[in-house]
Amino acid sequence: MASENKFEPTNPAVKWVEDRLPIMGLIYSAVGAGYNVPRNLNYWWNFGVLAGFMMVVQIVTGIVLAMHYIPHIDLAFDSVQHIKRDVNYGWLIQAIHANGASMFFIAVYIHILRGFYFGSYKAPREILWFLGVIIYLIMMATGFMGYVLPWGQMSFWGAKVITNLFSAFDFIPIIGDGIVEWLWGGFAVDQPTLNRFYSLHYLLPFVLVGVVILHIWALHIPGSTNPLGIDAKGPHDKIPFHPYYTAKDAFGLGVFIMFFAAFVFYMPDFLGHPDNYIKANALVTPEHIVPEWYYLPFYAILRAIPDKLLGVVAMFSSILILFAMPWLDGARIRSMRFRPLSKFFFWLFVVNGLFLGYLGQIPTDQIVTMGIDALTFAQFATLFYFAYFIVIMPLVSRMETTKPVPVSIAAAVLDANKKKG
Amino acid sequence: MTTHNDVVEERRNFLYIATTTVGAVAVGAAAWPLVDQMNPSKDVLALSSIEVDLNAIPVGQSVVFLWRNNPIFIRHRTAEEIARAEADDTADDLIDPESDADRVQKPEWLIMSGVCTHLGCVPLDQQGEFGGWYCPCHGSHYDISGRIRKGPAPTNLPVMEYVFLDDTTVKIG
Ligand code: HEM
Ligand code: FES
Repeated sequence: MASENKFEPTNPAVKWVEDRLPIMGLIYSAVGAGYNVPRNLNYWWNFGVLAGFMMVVQIVTGIVLAMHYIPHIDLAFDSVQHIKRDVNYGWLIQAIHANGASMFFIAVYIHILRGFYFGSYKAPREILWFLGVIIYLIMMATGFMGYVLPWGQMSFWGAKVITNLFSAFDFIPIIGDGIVEWLWGGFAVDQPTLNRFYSLHYLLPFVLVGVVILHIWALHIPGSTNPLGIDAKGPHDKIPFHPYYTAKDAFGLGVFIMFFAAFVFYMPDFLGHPDNYIKANALVTPEHIVPEWYYLPFYAILRAIPDKLLGVVAMFSSILILFAMPWLDGARIRSMRFRPLSKFFFWLFVVNGLFLGYLGQIPTDQIVTMGIDALTFAQFATLFYFAYFIVIMPLVSRMETTKPVPVSIAAAVLDANKKKG
Repeated sequence: MTTHNDVVEERRNFLYIATTTVGAVAVGAAAWPLVDQMNPSKDVLALSSIEVDLNAIPVGQSVVFLWRNNPIFIRHRTAEEIARAEADDTADDLIDPESDADRVQKPEWLIMSGVCTHLGCVPLDQQGEFGGWYCPCHGSHYDISGRIRKGPAPTNLPVMEYVFLDDTTVKIG
């Protein structure tokens, strides 16, 4: 469905290039006037572009930081302070990169939940969805390794706890025993660990670029779905990406950048931890270690289970289960606009996820309310998290009575316009 | 009867398998250095042992040392603590049962790793429900013999190799 309109350059120079390397035609039919898109996309469809923007921001600022950063256990911490104090505009570039990671995750979380709500993972977009989950996993690995680089207390202990997750697999023959030492390059998190994390933190974003290109390629096969979740049928249902969605996306981007700038300029440390302003110390664990906010729900799931191996397995499963969604959800209708019960459980899932995030950053024995501690709440929330995928989604999607679905996008849009008068 | 064609096919199959096998071995041989380089290097493996003078540690106190960049706990246990550790040998909440006698060379000196066997934090001395160590990261309680009693950690704090050079000097590693 990609290019209904063909790219026909009139400029002879452009034509000369195009005949030899049809790259402008590719852009034209991928994100230009040659790519036709459902006419009814709302702002929830803006977040893919926002995530892509953040990926570019992270790469550009990251390359600059790498010009001044030193991956050495005695110098790393000070080199970051040097960037913030001495390097021209270092304070700005460092703040953009540090807060940019959070903005990237905000964009991607909304992007994923958009997929949940509008059934974007359903046929024929399963591979597109898988690529998205892979992107998300790569992002998590990259963010984690980046956070280790400043070599503060949270960096160090975060690295230790997360790499130790793999020690839960020590029952695996041959590789099990040495896996953590292999990750560390020693008997503890140390210089070799910092060095390799730096190497991989530089590499993975480029792997990400590759997977994002596949993701967008897969997107262009069926094209975007839309808030109604019905397939676009005729030319009445679609409009060219450029200028309509380039303009809409640019507006959304402007708003997003303002939000981003508020953090960078007014509260650059809001999303960080004070403990990371203390240099790494292998003798003292900070009293209360917590990961970055975007890992908190999964950290809460890890802590909810009082068994090392099962905790680690539950944590990994909580993300890997996304791969099964196209089959767990058996509904014939994509959009939750027409699936009231699914919609209700979706919002419950979102609230539960936020609650897990809250629980992930307080001590497990802290009393939350009514004399019940965080651990107990986290166990119930974990149970609901998995029940949502394993019980609620398969059953509700197959059994609920759905609302009538409009015959076409154009019909629905015109109808809505009529009502507005 | 084997025809000429059968022979050709058999030879071809043999060549397929032989080539693929050699190719797979070559890929494996090329990949191994790339994997193995991440293992601890020779200088890391060669890290020496440390000697600790125990005179500096009064009864009822613990000291933390760094060995191979990991904390080591040395506790000079009181008679009361030793009695409690031995009495707990038969406690039914031992997750990783081990007798106190197997964990020490001299009962007054408890020398062991200071790395929580859950996910690697450093447990805090004289805290928790069993009068030993408490790991604040995810709530593991160790007793005064360093045995895990409650929480997510699967095993006791490991006892590493050490020798007493004389009554008050111990060599770790
Ligand atoms: C670096 C991160 C990512 C980038 C740059 C990115 C980029 C994009 C873009 C530009 C679109 C089209 C615009 C839109 O629908 O919003 C898109 C669509 C999509 N993305 Fe992503 N994405 C990323 C991560 C993810 C993740 C983590 C998932 C899911 C786990 C995901 C799932 C999808 C799906 C299912 C669609 C099709 C949506 C539809 O047509 O309804 N993406 N992506
Ligand atoms: S690291 Fe000690 S309880 Fe998790």
